[in-house]
Formats: sequence, structure tokens, C-alpha cells
Amino acid sequence: MSAELLAFAVAVPLLGAMLAVVTVTRQGSETRASPLLNWVGLITATLTTLVIIFMTGAVWQQGPLRLELGGWGVPLGIALRADGLSAAMLAMANLVALGTSLYATGYFRSNDEALHFWPLWLLLWAALNGLFLAADLFNLYVMLELLGLAAAALGALTGSRDAVSANLRYLLVGLLGSMTYLLGVALLYTAYGTMDMSLLADVMRAPGPTDGTALVLMTAGLALKAALFPLHFWLPPAHANAPAPVSAALSALVVKAAFYLILRLWLELFAPVATFGASMVLGLLGASAVVWGSWRALRAERLKLLAAYSTVAQIGYLFLFFPLLAATPPGPAHDQLVAAVVLMALTHGFAKAGLFLAAGLVQQQAGHDRINELGGTAQHLPATVFAIALAGSSLIGLPPSGSFISKWLLMQGALETGQWWIIPVAASGTLLAAAYIFRVLSRAFGLEPTPLRFVTDARTEVPALTLALISAAALGLAAGPLWTLLGLDAGGGA
Amino acid sequence: MSDSLLLSESLSGLLPGAIVLSSLLPGLFIFLVREESHRLRSILNLFGAILKLVLVGVLIWGVYLGQVYESRLTIAPGLELVLHADALSVLFVTLSTVLWLITTVYAIGYLEHSPNRSRFFGFFSLCVSATVGVALAGNLLTFVIFYEILTLATYPLVAHRGTPDATRGAKIYLAYTLTGGVSLLIGAVWLRTLTGPVDFVAGGVLSGMPTSLHGQLIGIFALLLAGLGVKAALVPLHGWLPQSMVAPAPVSSLLHAVAVVKAGAFGIIRVVYDVYGVTFADSLGLLSVLAALASLTIIYGSYQALRQDGLKKRLAYSTVSQVAYIALGASILGPVATVGGLVHLVHQGIMKITLFFCAGNYAETLGVHQVSEMDGVGKRMPWTTLAFSIGALGMIGIPPIAGFISKWYIGLGAVQAGQQWVLLVLAASTLLNAGYFLPILYRAWFRPPPADWPKEHVFGGRFETMGALLWPPIITAALCLIAGLLAAAPFSPLEWAELIAQREYGL
Repeated sequence: MSAELLAFAVAVPLLGAMLAVVTVTRQGSETRASPLLNWVGLITATLTTLVIIFMTGAVWQQGPLRLELGGWGVPLGIALRADGLSAAMLAMANLVALGTSLYATGYFRSNDEALHFWPLWLLLWAALNGLFLAADLFNLYVMLELLGLAAAALGALTGSRDAVSANLRYLLVGLLGSMTYLLGVALLYTAYGTMDMSLLADVMRAPGPTDGTALVLMTAGLALKAALFPLHFWLPPAHANAPAPVSAALSALVVKAAFYLILRLWLELFAPVATFGASMVLGLLGASAVVWGSWRALRAERLKLLAAYSTVAQIGYLFLFFPLLAATPPGPAHDQLVAAVVLMALTHGFAKAGLFLAAGLVQQQAGHDRINELGGTAQHLPATVFAIALAGSSLIGLPPSGSFISKWLLMQGALETGQWWIIPVAASGTLLAAAYIFRVLSRAFGLEPTPLRFVTDARTEVPALTLALISAAALGLAAGPLWTLLGLDAGGGA
Repeated sequence: MSDSLLLSESLSGLLPGAIVLSSLLPGLFIFLVREESHRLRSILNLFGAILKLVLVGVLIWGVYLGQVYESRLTIAPGLELVLHADALSVLFVTLSTVLWLITTVYAIGYLEHSPNRSRFFGFFSLCVSATVGVALAGNLLTFVIFYEILTLATYPLVAHRGTPDATRGAKIYLAYTLTGGVSLLIGAVWLRTLTGPVDFVAGGVLSGMPTSLHGQLIGIFALLLAGLGVKAALVPLHGWLPQSMVAPAPVSSLLHAVAVVKAGAFGIIRVVYDVYGVTFADSLGLLSVLAALASLTIIYGSYQALRQDGLKKRLAYSTVSQVAYIALGASILGPVATVGGLVHLVHQGIMKITLFFCAGNYAETLGVHQVSEMDGVGKRMPWTTLAFSIGALGMIGIPPIAGFISKWYIGLGAVQAGQQWVLLVLAASTLLNAGYFLPILYRAWFRPPPADWPKEHVFGGRFETMGALLWPPIITAALCLIAGLLAAAPFSPLEWAELIAQREYGL
């Protein structure tokens, strides 16, 4: 029974997207959203999240799940599978998406935006779930493409000139990325005649030129989508100009999906092929991303641009783990690093979503998001500023956030494998992050009159605050279950 | 019988956690309290402070009897949050809990009618929760976690006033402490890769390390000391402390006496005694480096204090100098000097908080901020000035006030360890202390008061100022006298410091 949940995880949001289209009513030449629209959206969001929660519980108890759609087995049919890694990413993505949906019901004031938001958003959600569950490389490609299309359309939702041009670029870059990825898949398919990941992992043993080329192509395509430095150029304008709930989803989830694929491919498929040198390339690019992204975030004049550059930096942290993973033989220490990188990705997902949602509220209240002029507004919204502070402390990596634990394990791994250069990178990233976060927070301590209450608008502020709180406290203090879910050795890597 | 034993065992596992939560939870509620609900906020504040005091009372009794209190929480495989109460943590926990209660009363009075009180008291509670966490931390990871939370929770307090000065002071505070925090973190992770989880154990855990690792251990000590030295305001890492005196008086008390600099000094003691072990640290040559740094800080801080006209600034430099006594006592090999350093952790706290309370009273009641404006304040505010005088004389080291005990033990310990040069440092510092405190006392008591005070504020009532502002310094000044006069009584800070020193040296 529980394997059917995998199909529901994709089908429910897809169905919701269709329903959202159907609720549109037409009056003359004008289309109007029905009052039901928000409810269709929220109910779909809740149901999807429930499905994922049950699925994660099932993976927790029974181990990996697998579903052959329509009863066709490999190598012909389409298969879905959920193991610990996908369950962890799905749980994060769906909780973030639920919070974002709730927030969206309070955020969109204009009928037009909400009208287009819900169908596209639920489509993106379905693609995201499909991507995390896909068991073969082609299916992954389809989901990746769908995700990119929905994301670019959502990003351009405001219709402003900047948003449209940034997201058109995003769309083209995304297409280039997925095409490059597809080229790699084609190479593997001609060589091995299958695209199922577990079958491929069994046959790919001896590193040959085909495998190497496929590795480079697929990784490069996905790195473009994950905005790994120096392929990040498209991200800041696209993420900064989207409406707040969309920015949150793009930064927290969509780039994370591309990263998830790289991680999965490198851990499962390309482990025999990828040399230490190759992983070092990723590591060095990650290091440059940490420093460059943080620096640009510090120089950013607008709050949402700051958040977008911070995503570039945080993606960099994730890639710092690759040379460590390559240098650590399988065993407890290796498991520790895998868990750490997943924990960092999860923490960043929650934190960045919380940050973007809160930034959106500040922007809405002030009518702009120029950091230097935000003083009064920030001080009037204690709960929102609190969300920024909590999310910010996870981005900096302060305890007790999940990223503090990951950073601790990252540095530990760096010292154990003798890769000292990671320490100054992590240290400078931390300090730069502190500088850009507190550049915003210090605006909230001015001489403006005291706000009367903590929460101003519960429907938008509570989701932002909750997501930020999960990243800043829950994930850090109770990271242990992640090890169990990933099925890793709980002995610790002392 | 066995049931009740089991019960008491599980209770003893909860107590350290409960002590941290007793201020954390009320603090979180305070954020949600509406700004004008003055009464509800005060009730939450005092409830937390008194509950914590009661719990700490239970803890003191248990630790004295040798009971083990430990709360453990596994964060991730191999990473554990451990709260463990030993004699040293009890010393610090008690200090900050008692002073927190007094400071809360003072702050309620001080901030009456000022804006953003819910925010202030919320962070105030978080700050003391983090301090207690630092005190109870049972391993290095836990220590680092609470140490960083303390940094974060203090920032809004320093920035509280919202003036450009306050924002600037807070920024400088953050730049120093976060950089120090990164250094501490790197040191802690590095040490962990060498040894596995670093638990704090009386007598240290590193003495068995092979000689080939000694170079790395020295490097790690430098990183840890750089991180801890920032909060302890060791020269040249002290720059933030005089800048953050822009904060309101209760926050200055918190920074200087209850929480921040104390966390740094406490951390140095932990690292020297319970991680490296004092004998092993000595054999690596680390103690002499620490002693040199501490002596430099003592002299430099006193010299700078002498040059300041701003009262709070003078007190801030005096803190720089006085906290270094703790490090100095810790860096001399031998139980007697250790006792001197440990007991100064408490003595400096009660004396300095008295001085800051009084400085706050002068500022709030008379608008007096500069030493040069203090002519005749003793006639206008005799009780405050009396408390101030006790604190100041104690700082100089006049018997029978608490400060004398600390200096006596440090000096005696230095002589026993054959390090007579420490006496010169003590003598020079005492002269300098007298040089910057006695003129204040002279002005306050013997000069005629001016016709008008800069900005007088008449509260009415029987006292020279508001009751909530007057009683705290009087109580802490009384504590300074009691700690000095009854130093040999059971459960005095001195007795407790001797208990710790015995356990550290395995006597």
C-alpha cells in the first residue's frame, strides 16, 4: 500500500493544478479567479504534504519504497522510488511548500497574480515531487524540464520588465542546462542500454571515456541549474524580481533539486568514475561561490537581491563537501559527511524560504526593499524581523541551527582528510554572512516608535517564522533522526 | 526504595536542563507580551528569576554532597549536548543567577516608561539562559553552542537604545565577538579531530597525548584563547568593551559582571583546568603566555581607566583590568593562586555590578555622566554613593572588602609558586586603581555640590531615587562586605573556590 503513496505525491498536486484552472470564471473578455481558488490551493497543499509525511514515515519504518507505474517493470516502464535521501528532501520541500502556500493566500492582493500563481505553483510542486522520486534518468529529465518551465513562468508573474527579462534568461539557461544533461544521459543509454539508476549503478564499474564524458556533461548541465559559481549569473535577477512566495520556492527548492541530482549521481552512479581531481573542481568552485556570493550579498542594495546572492554562497557550501566525500573511504566518517551535506541542504531550504517570505513582507509594507531605507518598517514588524534573524542565524551557521552542525562536521572532515584550505573558506563565509545579515538586522534597532504587538498579520508572518525556526533550532537540536532516515551508521565518525 | 532512587536519578538528569529553561521559556513568552502589559511582563521576569534561584539552591546542595547532575541530548551521532554541574559550574551559575535577579529588579525600575521593553526583557532572559548554559556546559561542543548564543542574544541589548552611537557600539561588539567565535569554533573542531568528544574533566584530559601532537595542541590553545580572550577582554582583544558602554546601565551590568566578560574568563579557566589540565598546560609553556597577557591587560586597563572622564568608560576599562586578575590567578601553578582567580570571578562580579548600578543611578537621577560632574553627589545621594564607595574600595583591594581576598590569594599563590614578579603587577595595579577611584570618592564626598545638577529627576517618595534603583546597589554592596568579612564561613565564595581547587589539583 505504502508504495502507492509515491504516485499520489505527484498526482495530487497535478490534479490540484488542473482544478485551479477549472475554477476560473469568465466575465465577458475578463477572466476572474473564483473565491474557491485559494481553498483549492490550500487543500491540495495540505493533502500533498500529508502524503509525503506518510511516505516519509513508511520509508523510516520499512526502508526504501519502489513503485512500477502501470505494472511495467524495468527497463521498459516508468518507476518511482523513495529512499532516505529522497524522503528527507521531499519532507523538507513539502513543508516549505506548505508554508509558502499558506503565506501566498495572504500575500497576493491582486486577483490576476493569484489566478496565475496557483496552477503554475501546483504544477511546479508536482514536478518537484516527481523529480525527487524519479528512478530513471530520462524520467528525471522530464521532471527537470517541467520544473524549469513552471519556475520561469512563476518568476515572471509580476509582469514587470525586469522580471520578464530575467526569467526569460532563466528559461533559456535552464533549457541549455537540461539539454546538456540529456546529452550525457544519451551517451549512457547508448553505452549500457538502460536508464534505470540502480541498474546503471550495477553495470558502471570500469571508468571509460564514455562514462567520464557523461559525468562531465550531466554535472555541468545540473551545475548550471543549481547556479554553481561561475554559472550563477542568471540566479540573482531571476530570484530577486519574482513575487516573494515564488522567490522562496525558487531559492529554497528549485536549485536544491538540481543539487540533489548531482549528489545522487555522484554518490550512486559515478562513484567509481569520479576522480578526486574532479571532485576537487567542484570543491574549488564551491569555495569561490562561498566567497563571491557572500561578498556580493554584502554589497547588495536591495534585500531580496541580498537573499539571492546568499543562495549562491550557500550552494557553494554544499559543493565544498565533494572533495571531502571523495577523500573519505566508505565507513562511519563518510556517512557522517553525507548526513552533514544533506542536513545543510535541508537547513538552507527552510532558512532561505523563511528569509524570502519575511523579506517579501518588509517589501510589501515599505513599498520597496532598499536596505538603507528600511529602518522604520523593519521596526514595526517584530515577528518578521525575528524570522529574518532566525533564518539569518542559520545562514551564518550559528548554533543551534542545522547548518552549525553541518559546518562543524564539514570542518572536522576537512581536518581529518588534511584539506586545510576549507577552514579559511568556511570561516570567511561565516563572517561575511554575519556581516550581510546584521546589515539588515541593525535597521530594526532604531528610534522609531514601539510596535504594540509581536505578530501583525498571522497568516503571512507565522509561516515565515515557523520555517525560520525549524532551520534555526529544530534541525540543529534534533538532527539525529536524519541519520536514521538516511540509513547511515549511527556510530558517529569519531 | 529503588523507585524513589530511580526518581531522584531521573530528576538529577533534568535539573541542569531545567535551570537553563527556567529563564529561556519565560523569555520567549515575554516577546509575545503586549508592550503596555507592564505587570504581566514583570511577573514573568521575576517568576523566571526566582524559580531559577530555587533550582540553583537545590543544585548547590546536591553538588556539595557529591551528587552528579547531568542532562544529555544527542544532536547527531557523535555530537552530544551535555549539561553537567560540577563545583566550578556551580560557582558561575550561582553568581549569574543571584545577580540576574537583582539586575532584573533594577532593570524594571530603570526602563520604566522607555520604549521596546518586551524586546529588551526577552533578550535579557535569553542572555542569562545562554550564560547559565555556558556555565553548565559539560563538553566543548556545548560550551561553543551556548557561547555563540550568548553573543547573539546580547547584540539587541547593546543596540537597544537605537541611537547611532548604540548601533555603532553594537556593530563593533559583534565584529569582535563573532570573529572570536569563529576562532573558538575552529579550535574546538580541531581538538575534536585529535581526541574525539572533549568532555570537561577536573584535572584535564589531554596530558596523555603523544609528544608529536604537542605542537598542534599549542596551536589549538592559541585559537581557543583568541576566541575566549575577546569576551574576557584581554588586551589586545578588548576594544569592544569600552565601546559598548553606550548600552543602558542594566546591560552594562550584564556585560561586565553577570554574563559576557565572565563567560570569557570562565572559558579560559575551563580550557586551562578541565581540558588541558593545569600541570600539562604549564609543561607546554602555555601558562606563562597567559600570565604575561593577563599582566599586560591589568596594567594597560588600569592606565586607560585613569585617563577617562566618562564614568562608565572609566568603569569599563577598570573591568578590562579586573577580569584579567581571573586569568592571572588561573595561570599561576598552585592551588592558592587558583583559589584567588576563581574567587575573583565572583568578587569582581559583585563589586563591578555595584559600581554600574550606582553609575546608572547618577545618570538617571541627576544626569551625571562624567567624573568631573560628580562634585558633591555624596550629599545628594548618600546611599548610592556609599555603595559606590564600597565597590570602589573593594576594587582597590582594601580589607575587609571582597577584592582584598582575591588579591591576597593571588599574591600568596604567586610567592608559593616562586613567581615574585606578580607582586609587582599587583602593587602597580593597586596604585593605579587607587589613582582612578580615590579622586572620584574625594569629589563625591568632600567637594561642595553644584547649584544645579545637569538633568535632575525627582522621583518623590522617601529615598534619594526610585526604590527599584536604590536597593540593588545597596544589596550588592552588602554582598561585597559579607563576602570579605565572612570569607571563611561555609558556602562563602572563598570556601567554594577552595573546594574547586582541591578537586582540580586532586588534593
